[in-house]
Amino acid sequence: METHSHHYHTYNFSEQFEFSGKAKVLSLVGILIGIVAIAYGFLTGGHIQVERTYANLLLMGYYFTCVCSAGAFFVALQYVTQSGWSAGLVRIPQAMAGVLPVAALLLLIICATGLFSGNLYHHWAEEGLTDPNSPKFDKIIAGKAVFLNTPAFLLRQIIFMGAYSIFAIIIAKNSYKEDLDGGLNSYKKNFKLSAIFLVIFGFTTPIWSFDTIMSLEAHWFSTMFGWYNFAALWVSGLCVITLIIVLLKKAGYLAWVNENHLHDLGKLIFGFSIFWTYVWFAQFMLIWYSNQPEETIYFYKRWEPEFKPWFWLNIIINFVAPVLILVDRDAKRKENVLIFVCCLLLCGHWLDYYLMVMPGTVGEHRGFGLIEIGTALGFVGLFTFLTLSKLSKQALAPAKHPFLDESLHHQI
Amino acid sequence: MSSTKYILGSFADPDDMMHGIDKLQENNISIYDCFTPMPIHGIEAKLGVKPSRLPIAAFCFGITGLVSGISLLYYTIVYDWPMNIGGKPALAMPDFVPVSFELTILFCALGMVATFFFRNHLFPGRAPRVMDLRATDDRFIIAIDAKENTDYEKINSLLKEAGAVDVLHNERKYVSYE
Repeated sequence: METHSHHYHTYNFSEQFEFSGKAKVLSLVGILIGIVAIAYGFLTGGHIQVERTYANLLLMGYYFTCVCSAGAFFVALQYVTQSGWSAGLVRIPQAMAGVLPVAALLLLIICATGLFSGNLYHHWAEEGLTDPNSPKFDKIIAGKAVFLNTPAFLLRQIIFMGAYSIFAIIIAKNSYKEDLDGGLNSYKKNFKLSAIFLVIFGFTTPIWSFDTIMSLEAHWFSTMFGWYNFAALWVSGLCVITLIIVLLKKAGYLAWVNENHLHDLGKLIFGFSIFWTYVWFAQFMLIWYSNQPEETIYFYKRWEPEFKPWFWLNIIINFVAPVLILVDRDAKRKENVLIFVCCLLLCGHWLDYYLMVMPGTVGEHRGFGLIEIGTALGFVGLFTFLTLSKLSKQALAPAKHPFLDESLHHQI
Repeated sequence: MSSTKYILGSFADPDDMMHGIDKLQENNISIYDCFTPMPIHGIEAKLGVKPSRLPIAAFCFGITGLVSGISLLYYTIVYDWPMNIGGKPALAMPDFVPVSFELTILFCALGMVATFFFRNHLFPGRAPRVMDLRATDDRFIIAIDAKENTDYEKINSLLKEAGAVDVLHNERKYVSYE
């Protein structure tokens, strides 16, 4: 058994998470609720209800993939910046990244079936939109058809999410190999891979979000949309990482992760919540200021009575709340405060995605009921089940990580 | 009565200095301050240093910047010379956000630098106050107020035991003026 002495403590780095009991039961119950809700949505209503179910599947499939790729992004970022503080907790985002292939496949299935059944993306994929002789001819869509057509769309989805998944798997594999072999080889390899991954990820995530979400309202476009989506991805990913760490600590694991590491995660959540607001506002203000009808239509729809309260609630949950709660130093170091903020922000970013997806798909037929809550619970259950299973297969700390010692002595 | 004002234990190794602090505290000898060329983790807690009040200053500067930004905008584009820009009302909040935000950050940043300089007596052309010149180079200094702690022999031996390279008895607080 590997041990490490640190002044008075001895840590057992080969400790493994045991996935059983309440966590396992609850995640399976979540999956079951999800299946029931989706089946109810598909089978019990007319075509509007099917479309609403697809919109929810897209929302949660995208959210799920975003959170998993945020795990891969976190791991890669730590390698490229050669960070020491995070070495002891990096196995959690690594487990999330390990689920990315499943999430990507699921999102691909949702996008493809939605596209072919005409429930998603019909705004640009419908027959006749690009045919000048058709009565349905749409000049704007025809102008975008070089980029926005079914084969190119699916190809991009496969290439982008495939690339993220492959990098996530290889980086994790090298890290697990390090546990057995030691030395610097794995670390150096991962440094290079991470640098390549970050460049690919940075350039392709905006396009990926243009495809997956922005093309739901294909007449409208915003160059800020990609960064806005990245900010949401990163904040929600950080919240999930923090939440898992705090809950594992409460269950008696991860003794080497202390309030200093939580403080750093809290600072990241605080800072990137402000970044999210910054990008959200930059997109809003430019459109508000120039006041061009083809651009303002996006906010006009979200200003309709059925969306307006949610529009404001989005800003309150995702900006005002984290700023006021996390501004104090001590708040970032308290486990219970972090649990509260993370849960709040995860609900907040669900609402954020809801406001991105719903006005462009179901519009005034939007709802908040069994389909919404059930689908969300289903994906939360699936994510929890897959991530915790992944986590339980390897040691909770990378025992031979070159910066592990620095992580143990981290103090701020 | 001796003319010594401060006793300085000069260490070559930060761990030895930390050990020295423990030794002195065990013997109820109060420590005036410590000076090190780099940050030492955990030293604030050990010396019982109170949390910095710099965040309070930062908040005050930030509020000043915010109020200045809003006042400037209000005076120029609402009160003094309202203009029609794209048919929008003169007092439109989204307009106000960027300038108020930037001035908040600017006042906050400059104000904190000024506070830092003021607190540390650092002004252009002024000799900085330093109790031991090598504390900014390669030595770790424990300073003890010699008027409060008069058992010099004991202090000397405790510092030496802990690994001090030098023990200085200074008659002036700051050496940098000499």
